[in-house]
Amino acid sequence: MKFCRAVFFLLLLVSGVMPAFSGEAVPLAADEAVEKRMLFISEELRCLVCQNENLAASRADLANDLRREIRSLIAAGKTDQEILDFMVARYGDFVRYRPPVKPTTWLLWGGPFLLMAGGLVTLVWLLRRRRHRVAAPELSDDQRVLAASLLDKTD
Amino acid sequence: MKRFALPLIAFAVLVAFLAVGLTLDPRDVPSPLIGKPAPDFTLRQLDDPTKHFASADMKGRVWLLNVWASWCVSCREEHPVLVEFAKTGRVPIIGLDYKDQDADGKAWLTSLGNPYTLVAVDSDGRVGIDFGVYGVPETYVIDKLGIIRMKHTGPVTPDALARKILPLIESLSR
Repeated sequence: MKFCRAVFFLLLLVSGVMPAFSGEAVPLAADEAVEKRMLFISEELRCLVCQNENLAASRADLANDLRREIRSLIAAGKTDQEILDFMVARYGDFVRYRPPVKPTTWLLWGGPFLLMAGGLVTLVWLLRRRRHRVAAPELSDDQRVLAASLLDKTD
Repeated sequence: MKRFALPLIAFAVLVAFLAVGLTLDPRDVPSPLIGKPAPDFTLRQLDDPTKHFASADMKGRVWLLNVWASWCVSCREEHPVLVEFAKTGRVPIIGLDYKDQDADGKAWLTSLGNPYTLVAVDSDGRVGIDFGVYGVPETYVIDKLGIIRMKHTGPVTPDALARKILPLIESLSR
C-alpha cells in the first residue's frame, strides 16, 4: 500500500512537472516590463532595411534580430543610453531618429529653421513691394463723378 | 523678362538638388566602423562544424570579409566576380554565411563555385549585427592590424573591385 501511494505521488509529481518541460521555450517577450522598454527604445531607432520605419514597427528580419538584441541587452542590465550607443556604434547616427547635434548634423537640425527664416524674409519683402505697387490710385474729379454715378446705378 | 529670373533661378537650384539626390544611394549608409578594429568573433566553419574560425587568426594579413547568404538575390550577382577574383589569390576571402541554412549554403557553393578561403557560419546573425550588416551582400576590407578600412554595401561589381577595393588592398599590403 505504501509503495502504491509512493508511485501515485511520484506520478503526480511527474505529471505536474512534465508540462513545464513540454512547453515551448518561454520568449523574452513574456516579460512585460522588458517589452515596454524595448518598444520605447526601438521607437527611437530606424530600421536600416526599410529606412522610413522605426524598429518597433518594422517587420524586417533584421528589425526582429535587433529587437531580440535590445531585449537581451535589457536583460543584461544595460541602460537605455548604453543600448542606443550600442546601436550607434554599429550602424552610425543614421540609426537614430533624433541624431545628436554636431557639425555634420547642424544643417539637418537647423535647416528647417533656415528655410522658415528665408520664407519669412521673402514674405515681408514681397508684401512691402506690393504696398508700394497697390497704393491707392489718384483719381481726377471727372473720374470721381463717373465712379459715383456708376455706383449709384448699381443701387 | 526680369520677373521670371527669380523663379527660374529657384527652379534651377531645385533641379540641381534633385539631380544630385538621384545619384545618391540611400542604402549606402556610412559605417561608423571604418577605421575601427573589426569586431572579434569565433564561429564554426561551414564545411566542417568541428572546426572554428576566429577573426584573430587573420592578424598580420590583409583580408576580405564577405557577408553572403543563399537566400540573397544580389549575392548571386556578385558571386562570379568573387570567384574570378579568388583565382588571383591576391588576399584571402573569408565568407560569412549570414542567417542561412547550412545545407542551402553548401548547395550554393557547390553549384556556383567557392571563392572563399573558408566560410564561417553566422546562423543567428549576431556577428552580422556587430559588423553593422543591414543589407547582404556586404564586403569589408580589413588590414593587417585588424582595422576595418572599407565597407562595400551591395554586390561587388568588377568596377568597384578594380577602382576601390584592389587599389586599397595594394596600398594596405605594402
